[in-house]
Amino acid sequence: MRFSGLRVLKEGLTGNKGWTPHWRNPEPKAEYDVIIIGGGGHGLATAHYLASVHGITNVAVLEKGYLGGGNVGRNTTIVRANYGLPGNSEFYSHSLKLWEGLEEDLNYNVMHSQRGIINLFNSDGSRDAAARRGNQMVSQGDDAQLLDTAALRKMLPYLDFDQARFPIYGGLYHPRGGTARHDAVAWGFARAADQRGVDLIQQCEVTGIDVVDCVVKGVQTTRGPIRAKKIGITAAGRSSEVAAMAGMRLPIESHVLQAFVTEGLKPMIDTVITYEAGHFYISQSDKGGLVFGGSLDLYSSYASRGNLPMAEHVIESACTLMPAITKAKVLRSWGGIMDMSADGSPIIDKTHVDGLYVNCGWCYGGFKATPGSGHVFAHLMATDNPHPVATKHRLDRFRTGVGIMDEEASGSQHNLH
Amino acid sequence: MRLSCPICGERDIREFYYQGADVALNRPAPDAGDDAWQDYVYLRDNQPGEHRDLWQHESGCGSWIVVSRNTVTHEVSGAKLAKEMKRAKA
Repeated sequence: MRFSGLRVLKEGLTGNKGWTPHWRNPEPKAEYDVIIIGGGGHGLATAHYLASVHGITNVAVLEKGYLGGGNVGRNTTIVRANYGLPGNSEFYSHSLKLWEGLEEDLNYNVMHSQRGIINLFNSDGSRDAAARRGNQMVSQGDDAQLLDTAALRKMLPYLDFDQARFPIYGGLYHPRGGTARHDAVAWGFARAADQRGVDLIQQCEVTGIDVVDCVVKGVQTTRGPIRAKKIGITAAGRSSEVAAMAGMRLPIESHVLQAFVTEGLKPMIDTVITYEAGHFYISQSDKGGLVFGGSLDLYSSYASRGNLPMAEHVIESACTLMPAITKAKVLRSWGGIMDMSADGSPIIDKTHVDGLYVNCGWCYGGFKATPGSGHVFAHLMATDNPHPVATKHRLDRFRTGVGIMDEEASGSQHNLH
Repeated sequence: MRLSCPICGERDIREFYYQGADVALNRPAPDAGDDAWQDYVYLRDNQPGEHRDLWQHESGCGSWIVVSRNTVTHEVSGAKLAKEMKRAKA
């Protein structure tokens, strides 16, 4: 079924009886051309682009839980293209362009809202860094403006500009950044892939990967064995577990990242704000809840929940930056499992096993990459060559040391990102 | 999550610096080759469940400790001084 304004009107007038399920719920077949392990945003996007761009429709997405039940349904929904390093710069720029056409491509309202992102800076040094970052963004073809405090005061009058510890010096404004409705992104990709014939198989946990003479043959699952010529791993925080089934160890450590949302409030924050000094960011959802978060808890974890010290730190940052929200009540908090790569940049590559591909290392920034990641991973799996914007996301950069992409310049080591 | 420093006793996690998996106890020789160094610096088992990692009691006695904990439940089952573990191995 195609969605349209006319359709909404017609269904509204006829009791909404004509809507059908977004996707089928098929039994797994014995064999596919391609199996994607992981039915999250990146896996579903990969399936969609395999079908829509490359005409490969004999595809199964295997998901151990339900579609979109992992990080794509647990993030803070920010979409941006403000990366600086060659490799990341062109990739995220590509992804943002895909976002801008995504709703038409998927025929689905993902509520992509280019409400802008403002990265605040709090010192002369960080102003210089923001100016440099803005120039990089402009030179990669995206948009950025350096705002002084006078301009910022007009846009964000509720910030505490003159605080003693970290007075606000200005902000880097990225107007094309923004947010999207995270669940809808997963559902939109799932529906579009399903409509082209991709089998989305839920409650189907992969328990083994069959490899014979370094060639992938298929997978063992809780719903029986399934053969495949090519297999892609898009398992985010669980990537190491899945890769171990093929005898691989990845340069990944899984960490927990917390996020928080308040009760619904009247419209207040009409953009996304990041606060460098406090490692804090915030936006307001369309329902009115303030959605915010900060750093990782900074120890490896599969717990899907964090500890109180980081919760306290994040909320202190919120109160420091915008005292007006100190009386808002936090409605819920949660944690997601992040696939932290050692240099903070993703891995989109073949493996030493023929037919086995890996897409991981998205750290705490996988959501904005969803269309781009699926698009370039589908290209890699279909053509066996990296997409031109993803030539540098190589798995072997950690072995050779060539092409390490340490975006934050903090060092290429597991505990530094 | 609270950690028990073998010297100072149970303390708030904020007093500790997290280094990572306890591979640092098995540093390869300088000429061990790319594979050994990739294993040491980058590759991790990273499986859920029982895990040993290296922390420093940064805001306390400064000791490096090896903590045994469960990464799924955050249950901490023990902590030993890294230098004693290293000595026991030698």
